[in-house]
Amino acid sequence: MADDRQVIDAPSKKIIAPGYTFGTVTDQIASVVLTRKTPYVVMGTFAVAMGLLLIFLLAVGLLLTKGVGVWGLRGPTMWAWDITNFVWWVGIGHAGTLISAILLLLNQQWRNSINRFAEAMTIFAVACAGMFPILHLGRPWLMYWLFPYPNTMGIEPNFRSPLVWDVFAVSTYATVSVLFWYVGLMPDLATLRDRSEHRALKVTYGFLAMGWRGSAKHWAVYETASLLLAGLATPLVLSVHTVVSLDFTVGIVPGWHSTFFPPYFVAGAIYSGFAMVLALAIPLRSVYGLKGLITERHLDNAAKVMMATGLIVGYSYIMEAFSAWYSGNVYEQAAMWNRMTGPYKYQYWVLVACNVIAPNALWFKKVRSNTVVLFIWSLIVLVGMWLERFVIIVASLAQDNLPSSWRVFESTRWDWATYLGTIGLFLFLFLLFIRLLPMISIFEVRTLLPQAKIKEDSRG
Amino acid sequence: MSQIFRRSANTFTRATIFGTLFILGFAGWAIDRLSRSDYATRATQARQQPVPFSHAHHVGGLGVDCQYCHTTVETSAFANIPPTKTCMNCHSQIWSTSPTLEPVRASFRTNQSIRWTRVNDLPDFVYFNHSIHVNKGVGCETCHGRVDRMPLTYQMNSLQMEWCLECHRNPEKFVRPREFITTMGYQPSGDQEVIGRKLVAEYKIQNARTLTSCSTCHR
Repeated sequence: MADDRQVIDAPSKKIIAPGYTFGTVTDQIASVVLTRKTPYVVMGTFAVAMGLLLIFLLAVGLLLTKGVGVWGLRGPTMWAWDITNFVWWVGIGHAGTLISAILLLLNQQWRNSINRFAEAMTIFAVACAGMFPILHLGRPWLMYWLFPYPNTMGIEPNFRSPLVWDVFAVSTYATVSVLFWYVGLMPDLATLRDRSEHRALKVTYGFLAMGWRGSAKHWAVYETASLLLAGLATPLVLSVHTVVSLDFTVGIVPGWHSTFFPPYFVAGAIYSGFAMVLALAIPLRSVYGLKGLITERHLDNAAKVMMATGLIVGYSYIMEAFSAWYSGNVYEQAAMWNRMTGPYKYQYWVLVACNVIAPNALWFKKVRSNTVVLFIWSLIVLVGMWLERFVIIVASLAQDNLPSSWRVFESTRWDWATYLGTIGLFLFLFLLFIRLLPMISIFEVRTLLPQAKIKEDSRG
Repeated sequence: MSQIFRRSANTFTRATIFGTLFILGFAGWAIDRLSRSDYATRATQARQQPVPFSHAHHVGGLGVDCQYCHTTVETSAFANIPPTKTCMNCHSQIWSTSPTLEPVRASFRTNQSIRWTRVNDLPDFVYFNHSIHVNKGVGCETCHGRVDRMPLTYQMNSLQMEWCLECHRNPEKFVRPREFITTMGYQPSGDQEVIGRKLVAEYKIQNARTLTSCSTCHR
C-alpha cells in the first residue's frame, strides 16, 4: 500500500484533479493521519496555539477570581469584546453548516472535498463562541440557570428575552453540528480502523466507527440520517444568526433597533465563515499537498460566495445609514453619525474598507486564482467582520440615551488575552482534528471520481 | 482481517448507552430530591439553644399568646426575640430556682442578652418585612407551622424561593382574617378560596404580578 502510493498535488480547475483512483484518494487522505510524521509547520503552529491556549486559561482563571471587571467592561458599556467575539465566532461557524447542509441539499458536489474540515471548523468556532456569553455572566458557575429545569426557586428563564432564545439557538446548533459531523465521519473512521496497523489505533478507531462495515443496509441508513440531519441543519444556518441579531434588535438602543438586522447578520456570518474556510484551506492544501483534492475551483467558488455575501453586507451598511437618515429619528441619526465621526470612527472606516471596498477585488479572476492574495483577503474579511460587531455593539452602548453616563470603551490586556486565547483554543482543536481524523471526507470524494459514475451510466 | 471486537461488544455497548441514560436520569432525580430535602434546607431540625425553651409548653400547654413575647411582629420588619425581662415576668416567681433557667437569671443580672440561635433565617439578598405579612392576614402558623407542638423550635418550611412564591402567586389560598393571626390549628369557617378571595380584596393585597416581581423581594 505505502510503496506504490502516488500522491497527486497538481493544481486543477476541476473539483478533483484527473488521475485519481479510489485507492489513491483513500491513501492520500488517510496517510495524513496514519503516520508518525507531522510537518514542522503544523508542529510550530500547534506550539503557538498551545501558548495562546495557556494565556486563555490564565485570563479565564483571573476572570473567575476577580470578576468581569478585568475586562474593559464599565457602565454603560457592559457588552464589548465578549459579545463581539461571541458573534464573530458564531458567524464563522455558519459557513461550515452552509457547506455541509445547504450545499448537500442543492447537490453541489464541490462541497465534498471541503465539508469535513468546514464542519469541524463550525464545531470548534461554536465552542469558542460559547465561552463568551458564559464567561461574561459574572457568576459563570451558575450558567445552568439559563436552562429551564425544575429548580427550587420556582421560576423559569424569561422566554420573552432574546438572550434565552440565544441559549437554545446556540445549543441546538452545537448539537446538530456535532451529530452531523460525527455521522459523516463514521465510514471514514471505519476506513482508518481497517488501515491502521497498531492494535490501540484499531481499537480506538473501531470504537468510534461503531461497528461500521459498509454493508448496503448501513449505507441506506447513513443516507437517510445524513439527509435528515442536513434538513435539520439547513434552517439553522438562517435561524441561529437571526436569533443572535435579535439580541440587539429587540433592545431599544439606537443603532440596534432595526428590522433588517437578521438578513444582514446572516450574510455577514456566511461572509466571515467563508473567509475562515479559505484561511484554513489555503495553508492546509499546500502543507499536506492536497492541491489535487482542494483545487483552485474550490477556492474560486468559496471566493465567489464570500464576495456575494460581502456585497450584501456592504448593501446593509448603506441601508443602515439610509434608514437612520430616512427614519427622521434624531437618536438613530445621532447614533449613526457618532459611528462615522465619533470616538470609534477609525474602527468604522476600517470596517468599511474591509467589508465594502475589499471584497470588490474578488470580481477579478486574477485575484481569486492567486492563493496568497486570497489568503490575505480572507484575513482582511475576518478583521473587518470583527470590527463590524465591535462598532455595532460598543459604539451604540458607549453613547447611549443618557449622555451623563457616556464613556469611551477602553479594552484591557485581558480582553486581548481572552480573545487571542480563543483563537489559540480554535487552532489547538483544529490541528488536533487534522492530525487525528481524516480532514477530507474520503468516501464522499471518491464519489466525485469518474469511475464512480460508470454504473449509473450503464443502468440509465 | 481478524475481528477487533468480540461479539459481546454489541451487548456491552447497548448496555452502556442505556445504562448512561439511566444513571443520568437517576442522578438528576437524586439531585432534585436532595436539594429539596430537609437535610439541605434544615427544615424540621431542632436547633440547640442556650436554654431548652419549649413552645409546646408555653403556647400549647399554658396558652400564652404569640404576641405576649414577640411584640413587634405587627409593626416591625423584624419579628423580635423577647428580652430577658419578658421571661422574668413569670420566672421571677415560678421555677425561680430551676438550674435549667440559670442562663436566664444570669442574663437578667448581668444585663447581657441570651444568645439564642436563629431558627428561621432568610438569605441576606432577600428583602423581608415581617409586619406586612401579619397585617395582610398571613397567620403565624402558615409559615412557622404548629409552634404549639414544638418542644424545641424548628423551622417548619424549606424557606426556598418556590415556597415563598407558592403564596405570592396565590395568596387567597393562605390568608386568614386578622383576628385569627395567632390561632394555632386554624380552620376556615367555609371554603378557603371564597374567604381568601374576599380577604385579598378587603386587605388590598397586591396582584400576583406585583407580588412576584423580582424587586418585590430582591431590592
